[in-house]
Amino acid sequence: MTEILEVPSPFCGIGTDDLTVQVDGVTLKVSANGCAINTPLFEQPITDTLPRIDGQTCTLAEAVAKAASILKPTNLPIIGGCATDVNGMRGLLALADRAGAVVDNMNFVGARNNFLALQDSGWMNTTLAEVKNRCDLLLILGTDLEAFAPRFFERYLWTDAMFVEDTSQRTVVYLGKSPSGQASTSPNGTAAKVIPCADTDLPEVVGVLRALVNNKPIRVTDVAGIALSELQALAAQLKTAKYGVVTWAAGALGFSQAELTVQTVCEMIKEINKQDTRCSGLPLAGKEGDQTANQVCGWTSGYPARTRFNRGYPEYDPYLNDSRVLLENGEADALVWVQAFNAKSVPPTTPLPTIVIGRSGMVFEREPEVFIPVGTPGIDHAGHAYRMDNVVAIRLKKCRDSGLPSTAEVLHAIEQALA
Amino acid sequence: MLIKLTGGVVYDPASGIDGKQQDIYIQDGRIIAKPSEDTPIAKEYNLQGKVVMSGAIDMHTHIGGGKGNIARTLLPEDHRSDPVERTHICRSGCGHAAPSTFITGYRYAEMGYTAGFEPAVLPINARQAHMEMGDIPILDKGGYVMLGSDDYLLRLLTAKKDQKAINDYVAWTINSAKAIGVKVVNPGGINAFKFNQRKLDLDEQNSHYGVTPREILQVLATAVKQIGISHPLHVHGCNLGVPGNMQTTLDTIQGIGGLPMHLTHIQFHSYGTEGDFKFSSGAAQIAEAVNKNKNITIDVGQILFGQTVTASGDSMRQFANSHHASPKKWVTMDIECDAGCGVVPFKYKDQNFVNALQWAIGLETFLLVDDPWRIFLTTDHPNGAPFTSYPHLIRLLMDKSFRNDMLATLHPEAQKMTTLASIEREYTLQEIAIMTRAGAAKLIGLQDRGGLSPGNWADITVYTDQADRQKMFEKPDYVFKDGELVVVDGKVVHTKWGTTHIAKPDFDPSVEKGLKEYFDKYLTMKLGNFKISDDEITEDGRGSLTVHPTH
Repeated sequence: MTEILEVPSPFCGIGTDDLTVQVDGVTLKVSANGCAINTPLFEQPITDTLPRIDGQTCTLAEAVAKAASILKPTNLPIIGGCATDVNGMRGLLALADRAGAVVDNMNFVGARNNFLALQDSGWMNTTLAEVKNRCDLLLILGTDLEAFAPRFFERYLWTDAMFVEDTSQRTVVYLGKSPSGQASTSPNGTAAKVIPCADTDLPEVVGVLRALVNNKPIRVTDVAGIALSELQALAAQLKTAKYGVVTWAAGALGFSQAELTVQTVCEMIKEINKQDTRCSGLPLAGKEGDQTANQVCGWTSGYPARTRFNRGYPEYDPYLNDSRVLLENGEADALVWVQAFNAKSVPPTTPLPTIVIGRSGMVFEREPEVFIPVGTPGIDHAGHAYRMDNVVAIRLKKCRDSGLPSTAEVLHAIEQALA
Repeated sequence: MLIKLTGGVVYDPASGIDGKQQDIYIQDGRIIAKPSEDTPIAKEYNLQGKVVMSGAIDMHTHIGGGKGNIARTLLPEDHRSDPVERTHICRSGCGHAAPSTFITGYRYAEMGYTAGFEPAVLPINARQAHMEMGDIPILDKGGYVMLGSDDYLLRLLTAKKDQKAINDYVAWTINSAKAIGVKVVNPGGINAFKFNQRKLDLDEQNSHYGVTPREILQVLATAVKQIGISHPLHVHGCNLGVPGNMQTTLDTIQGIGGLPMHLTHIQFHSYGTEGDFKFSSGAAQIAEAVNKNKNITIDVGQILFGQTVTASGDSMRQFANSHHASPKKWVTMDIECDAGCGVVPFKYKDQNFVNALQWAIGLETFLLVDDPWRIFLTTDHPNGAPFTSYPHLIRLLMDKSFRNDMLATLHPEAQKMTTLASIEREYTLQEIAIMTRAGAAKLIGLQDRGGLSPGNWADITVYTDQADRQKMFEKPDYVFKDGELVVVDGKVVHTKWGTTHIAKPDFDPSVEKGLKEYFDKYLTMKLGNFKISDDEITEDGRGSLTVHPTH
């Protein structure tokens, strides 16, 4: 048995890189600094080692040839999931370019709330080390942060900071969803302030908060059940904090046109910065390669990972290229599902020919025409993944020798077979 | 395989050859001396009457790193105006202001460029810069790592650590980030913005650290020199875009006390406050100071009219300029106690007084600086204009009547505020070759690049001599990269992968002790996970590293 120290995780999105992993053959155990998200995803055993065609095991070469023969005659194949590392995405985009496919990251419906706001008016954001060292007020919007990232508070708030003298004095406010546990309670015992409201009331509540930040007169006395005085106090806190941070998970804002709420928040942050203090946004994401997919698709095509290549050049459309819509409308003619991180994340069931490049252990409602189990980046091979704050790419380590091919190798082989 | 380029007129400033007809021989990717008569020639190109230069080198172009990808994400409408189709040789992508990586490589090569250097590599974002540049075909690449607003350096200065401690930290960072130079952006200003300071003059203190930009420039320029990095400290100065910043720039030149220093996109730092609009050209004074101070090199950061996007590490100034955003959307970021960035789309208009004068200030600077070895042709891509406008810029420099015809169409008040019309100078082909080839290679410290003498890598561009220099430079007849023919008649015919140029200055390994404590206590990544390993660049079988000597 060997022990690997300082192992980075591609799963939680917040870039924890202090895990200790014990390796015994191909069995892994997280022996230090695990969490409810990372530990099971590291420890999941390998079950599938061989590719299958129509449920029958075969060689990798046979599976690649079959996948290519499925893709060859298609007009609009979809490459969905897009949950892999940087090299995997490079291979995926090369294949999409050659096959004329639609590339659609599985978390794009949530991410779209951010992209639409970004592409319409922009934002002022920050990253995790700035939060750790400067944040004196954290406002959490519509998100159960500790369920999203169990170690967020331990790593970034209740810990040493260069510019916050007593980090236990930091103010935490939840607006919308309440926290599911105690992680946001300060080490000095102070619980986070919670201003609860329904998700669907957030547009109104956030709109009023922005108005208050800008000293606009508000005539009502309560907003969606929240006393106006509570929001007035919050607006004042945002304007007096030295380095306020507002965080949200775009995917948690599960109501119609949530992009407008994201935009309201981002514009409010800009306006606070124009009133002589600092404030920044911190969008939460980075699960299972979603930031990686958008980054690599961004530099390769110019657009985020909801882009089609069937006319020979990239075309981005955050609605029309939604793979679920394309499948439902019968516009697509094959599905490639790429998911190297999570065996539970299986492709949508479709009668179309389906090729799955997936983590070992996937259980399908309908056996795909081709299933190729691949290694998990950061476990079975080295690689790169982006953290939620989009700036930091972490170097993933190889922890064991499983013999499973990487996503990049498999997709490259399929692409070459189409040449 | 022996290749012969026969009869071309060679401009090779690195060897002092200025327009002389001579043959060039290529073998195994390099230029060789004339082989013995009986050596069989596998391929001969008749270049009678053609102009031959080494491949061009862009020493300051934003082609890799997070802010570029933010710019791409921010501007889908700009990409839609320039979609690029896949061919049997090339990948698809997008062009114009924030082109995709593959298109960046193709279009640079199609203009005869064979190398580009990303000037703003944040240490924490260096992985991304290398990964993006790793997807740029044909070109060689490299980066200057950004320091000066990182809390670690400012802590060293506040603690009055000696120059050796600074040198070790700078050298360690260059190694960790796989860089070939060091850049400072708004020295200390990006950091001061995080403490809510909105401007920072050369002698103004950071409110937390008490350190001034002048001190930061001094210790970093000293460090770069003492650890033996060829490229002088690459400086994006204080007060970018602020009327009157000419004085800051002059003070910066004086303040560095003779140390080697490169002032980048100096056009944006050459403004006076005269005239009805309180905005005037400081190019003459700046050029005079550059001419006098031989320790100074500059690149211009020429603006050209049209839509582009500004992407900078200077979050402080980008926030201040965000109200100019066109279209009206912009991004700033504070980044990892390391630096920051700001992305502001911009449309330079010829009928806007300030923009028209910016155009003239850049050209005045080009024409008033005497020594082409100390000035470099840049638009600060994409900040002044996309790199694809270089052939147009070269024509403006080489063709006085074309330049003056354009000037006559600009905002009339701007025409009155520039001496441009009275400047007779026209750049020669040799001077263009110095600025874009030999000088750039020398400045960065690239061995065996930027010249055509035997021993150099065969990065070679062949043009047809045309009176219209824009037409000439936008469509080379041939481009060879490492001896392989990659472009014919301005179109990519073959792709390959360039190398990544780096330097590996020595440092005292004990520097990691303090760094490890700092990383463990304050940063979000382990020190061991921060350092970029060689295999991260080379493991996909396409990338390679070329280490250049320190001295």
